[in-house]
Amino acid sequence: MGTTTEKRASTGGLSASETKTIIAKLHPLERTVLPLLKKVTELSSIAKAARLSEIEVMRALQWLENKGLLNINVTTKNIINLDKNGSLYQQQGLPERIFLSILDDQWKGLNVITKKTKLSREEVNACIGVLKKKLAIETEKGEFLHKLLDTEKYAVEELKKRKEIIKFEELKHTEVKLTPEGQELAEINLEGEVTNRLTTKMLKDGSWKDAVFRAYDVEINVPKKTPGKKHFVNQAIEYAKQIWIDMGFKEMTGNMVATSFWCFDALFVPQDHPAREMQDTFFMGGKVEKGKLPDSKILEKVKRTHEYGGDTGSKGWQNRWSNNITQTNVLRTHTTVLSAKTLAGLTEKDLPAKFFTLGKNFRNEAVDWKHSFEFNQTDGIVIDENVNFRHLLGYLKQFFGKMGFPKARFRPAFFPYTEPSVEIDVYHPEKKEWVELGGAGIFRPEVVQPLLGKDIPVLAWGPGFDRIILDYYKITDIRELYKNDLKLSREMKSWLK
Amino acid sequence: MPTITLNQKVFEELVGKKLPLEELKDRISMLGTDLEKIEGNEITVEVFPNRPDMLSEQGFARAFSSFISVKTGLREYKTKPFGSSLTVNNLPKEWPYAVACVVKGIKFDHEKIKEVIQLQEKLGTTFTRNRKKGGIGLYPLDKIHFPITFTGKKPEEIKFRPLEFPEPMRANQILAQHPKGKEYGKIMEGWEKYPVFIDAKGTIMSMPPIINSHDVGKIDETTKDLFVESTGPDLNTIIKAINILTTSLADMGGEIFSLEIHYPDHEHYPSLRNPALKKFICPDFTPEKMKLDKDYINKRLGLSLTEKEIVDLLKKMGYGYEKESFSVLIPAYRADVIHQVDLVEDVAIAYGYENFTEEIPNVSTIGEENSFEKFCRKVREILIGLELMEAKNFHLMTANELNENMCKQEDIIPLKNALGEYNHLRNRLLASLMKNLKDNKHNEYPQNIFEIGRTFRYGDTETGVLERDNLAIVLCHEKTDFTEIKQVLDALMDSLSLKYKIKEAERPSFIPGRIGEIVLIDKKDDNGRKIGIIGELHPQVIVNWNLAVPVVGLELNIEEVFKATKL
Repeated sequence: MGTTTEKRASTGGLSASETKTIIAKLHPLERTVLPLLKKVTELSSIAKAARLSEIEVMRALQWLENKGLLNINVTTKNIINLDKNGSLYQQQGLPERIFLSILDDQWKGLNVITKKTKLSREEVNACIGVLKKKLAIETEKGEFLHKLLDTEKYAVEELKKRKEIIKFEELKHTEVKLTPEGQELAEINLEGEVTNRLTTKMLKDGSWKDAVFRAYDVEINVPKKTPGKKHFVNQAIEYAKQIWIDMGFKEMTGNMVATSFWCFDALFVPQDHPAREMQDTFFMGGKVEKGKLPDSKILEKVKRTHEYGGDTGSKGWQNRWSNNITQTNVLRTHTTVLSAKTLAGLTEKDLPAKFFTLGKNFRNEAVDWKHSFEFNQTDGIVIDENVNFRHLLGYLKQFFGKMGFPKARFRPAFFPYTEPSVEIDVYHPEKKEWVELGGAGIFRPEVVQPLLGKDIPVLAWGPGFDRIILDYYKITDIRELYKNDLKLSREMKSWLK
Repeated sequence: MPTITLNQKVFEELVGKKLPLEELKDRISMLGTDLEKIEGNEITVEVFPNRPDMLSEQGFARAFSSFISVKTGLREYKTKPFGSSLTVNNLPKEWPYAVACVVKGIKFDHEKIKEVIQLQEKLGTTFTRNRKKGGIGLYPLDKIHFPITFTGKKPEEIKFRPLEFPEPMRANQILAQHPKGKEYGKIMEGWEKYPVFIDAKGTIMSMPPIINSHDVGKIDETTKDLFVESTGPDLNTIIKAINILTTSLADMGGEIFSLEIHYPDHEHYPSLRNPALKKFICPDFTPEKMKLDKDYINKRLGLSLTEKEIVDLLKKMGYGYEKESFSVLIPAYRADVIHQVDLVEDVAIAYGYENFTEEIPNVSTIGEENSFEKFCRKVREILIGLELMEAKNFHLMTANELNENMCKQEDIIPLKNALGEYNHLRNRLLASLMKNLKDNKHNEYPQNIFEIGRTFRYGDTETGVLERDNLAIVLCHEKTDFTEIKQVLDALMDSLSLKYKIKEAERPSFIPGRIGEIVLIDKKDDNGRKIGIIGELHPQVIVNWNLAVPVVGLELNIEEVFKATKL
C-alpha cells in the first residue's frame, strides 16, 4: 500500500488540476481498464470484460498502481496438477498397465515389448523398475515371470518420482482495489477526452484543433534500436586500404588457394624450406591436391633460377627441382602470392607501378586465445628503376604513422625472397614498448628477374594487420575477431581514425 | 628458428670486449639476430636460417666481434696436410658425396663435448634439413686406421655396434630399433645400398646419415683428436657444413689437418665431371671471390659510399677484399652469399639500419581501389542502411556444419592436414550465418545479419578450386517470413537499379513452397541468369543449429550482380 495514496486519501481527494494531469497521461489501455474496475476486480474477469489479454491488463493495472489509483493484491495457492505424461496416461492408461497387459508367461524381449506397447524405451525401463518394486514381476536370468498382484493406488510421493506425471503449481489470484482517487476517476467518462495519436485524417479535416493530446512520460526508457553496422575488422581494413590508395597504390585481389609455384617457388623459397612442410601450411585434399603447372616459359625461368641461378647472376639453391612439389595446392600462407602474380603480369608500359593488398592468409594452427588459423596481412610492392632501401623505410614509416604509430624502427631480418630484409617495430605509446609488426625488404633478383623479365628494384612488404586491430579495439582474445557476438559488435566502438 | 645459448663470460672472452648490457642487446638485434632472452649469464639468441655459421658460440662471437669492430676482416684458418686420404666410390645414387678432415689438439671436457654435439645437431636439423641434405660425423682419431673408404654396401652386408647399444646389429635392425634409426630411417627408404665409412682394417665406422659405431665412433673426455666427415646428396652443402664445423673447432683451439679426397669414378658424379676434381683437398678455406659493384650497392641502398667505405663495412661483416681485382673475399664458412645482393644486405647491416634516413620517393602513380571491392563496400553500406549487422567469418568450417546441419550433401573441399577441427573450405555463406545465429542465442532479437565473403567449390581453374564471393543475409525473429527477406532483396536491387524475378525452386535447406531462385534480368540475357536463392529456412535446419526462432535468408553470387551493374 502506497503511503502517498494514504496521505492523499486522508486529505480528501484530488484537486481539479491534479485530476486533469492524471487523465492526460492515461494510456489507452488504462482508459479501457479503469472504468471496468467499478464492477470487476479479479484479473481474468477484467481481461474478459475489457477484451484484452491478461498481460495487457496487468500492464495497465501496474501503471495505474504507480499513479496511486489502485492497489494490486496477489495471493498464491499451491495445487497439484497433471503434467505432460500425467495427462497422457489419464487417457491411455499407465505404462505399466499397458506393459502388463501384453505380458504373458513367455519372455518377449524388450524390443518386441517396446514395439507392441508403443511405449518409449525409457518408459519400458521405468515399467520394469516400478513393477519389480511392486513384486508384480520378477526377472531371473533375463526372463520375466509375472505374478499379478492387486494394483494399488499410487501415492503422490511415488508419482512425484516419475517423469512428468504430476506437477506442483502455484495458482495466482490477482485482485485489485481502487483507492479513493481511483474511484473518483473511474466515475469520469474517459472516452473521447484525449487524443492518443495524431492522424492524417485529423490533419486533413482540422479536428486536430480541438484535440487534447495524451501526455507521454517522456522521461521513460524506450526499447533499444538495433542499428546496422559494419564489422569492426572491415572498418579497420577500409581505413588502411584508404591510406595505400591515398599514397598512390593500386589494389591487388586474387585467390586464396594457390599452387606452391606461386606461393613459394616464384618467391624463391627453396623447395625443401621448412615453412613448406606439413605442420605450417594447409595443404588441399580431395580432388585438388595438385593444380596445373604455370605457363611453361615462366616455369622454366623460375626452375632454372632455383637450380643454378638462371639469368640472374645468382648461384641459385642448387637443389633438384620437382614439378610435383610446385603443383601442390596450398591455402595461401601470405598475400605476397598476389605480389608475385602481379609482377608476372606487368609489362614495360605499366612501370613505374605501386600495388597493395590487404587480406586473409592461413596457417595450420588450432585456435586458442592467442592463435588463429586465419590472419590478415597487408602487402605492398613498388616497382621502379630508382627506388631504394631508404624509400622502403619511408613508405613503411608513413603507413604505420597513419595507423597511429609515428615511431618506427627497423632491424635486420631474414626472408628467402628479400635482400636486404627488414623487421618493423613500432613504439606503442600506451604500453611504452616496441611491438614487432612484420617484415619487408627489396625482392631478390632471383624473384624479380624471372617474373618481370628484368632486375629492377622492387620494394616489398607484408606486415601482419591483426595486431593493429586487436590493439585498437582492446581485444585480448584473438577469437573475438570473428566471434560475431551481436551484443559485443553493437557495443563495440567504431573505427574513428 | 634455431636458437643458441651463449655463456656471457665465455662469449665476452671470444669477442674480446665487454659491452654494457643494453648495448649488447641492441648490437645483437642490429646484427640481424633476434635476442630471445638474457637470464643470469646466459644469453639466448635466435639465429636466422641463412646464417648457419653463427650456430656455435665461436661462430656467433666471430661475427659479433667483427660487427662491433673489435676484429674485422677475413679470418684466416690454416690447414696442414694430414698425409692420408678418403676414397669415395660405389655409393648409392641418393647419397654419393663425402668430404672429411682431421682436427687435433682440442681439450675435450664435458662442456666442450656438449657444445660440439650441439653444433653438429643444429647444423643437421637446420642447414642440412633434418639430415635430408647431409649428415655430419665425428670420431676419435686414435680408434681408426687410415686410409678410409666411403662406400655403399647391401643392407645385409652391414653389421656393427651402433652408439650406446650393447651388441652389433644388422643395418635393418638398426633402422628398426635404434632411436636414431627410427628418427631418420625414412631418408634411406627404398635405397638398394646403404653408405658406410670403413677404415683400413675393414672396421665399419658408421652408417651415414643415421648412426656411428659405438666402438670407433664415440667421442668422450679422453678424446683429443678427431676425424670429421660430412656426407650427402649435394657436394656444395656438405663442403659448407664441414667448413662451418671445422672453423668453429679451430676457434676452440683445434688444429686442422687436410685429407685428400679421391673419387676414382668421378665421372659418374654430376658435380665432379671436371677431371681435375678426381682428387681434391679438404678442407679448402680459400675464399670465394665476388666482384664489388660499388654503384649497384649504392643504388640499392640509396647511399653514396666510396669504395673504401664499402670495403670497411664489408670487413665489419667478416669479408676480405682484394684491391687489385676489386674482389670481395667471401669467408669459406658463409653459405648464404649467392648473389651480390647478399653483399648489399651485409653492407646495410654494417652501416646500421638505424642510420638510414627514410624518404618517400617521387614515384607518381594513381591510387585505385579494386572496382569489385569498391562495389562490395557500397553493397555493405546499403545493407547497413537496412539495419543489418555485418558478420565476418572464417573460411574453414566442419563438414557437419556445411552439409548435415544444412540438410544437404554437397561436394565440399577438404584440407589434407588441418590440425584443428575446421577442415573444409566453406562452399556457402548461409552455414556461416546460421552458426552466428546459434552463437547469439543468448542475445536480443531480431537478429538480422549479412556477410559478403569467399566461397569455394571444385572448378576448372589453375588450382582446380573455383573461388567466388557471395552475399548472404539471414533475418531471425519470431515474426519473420518470406515477405520480409524479399523486401530486403527488393531494396537492394532497387538501389542498384537492377531487375530480378523469383522462380519457384526446391532446396533441402528450405521449406518446400517457400523457396525460390533469384533470377537477374538484364541486357545480357533476356531469360535472365540464376544468381542465388531466397526463402524460409527449413525447421529441420533451424533445429539442427539448436535454434528456436524462425529464420529466413538468401544467398547470391555478388560477382554476377557486380557484372550486371556494369552492363
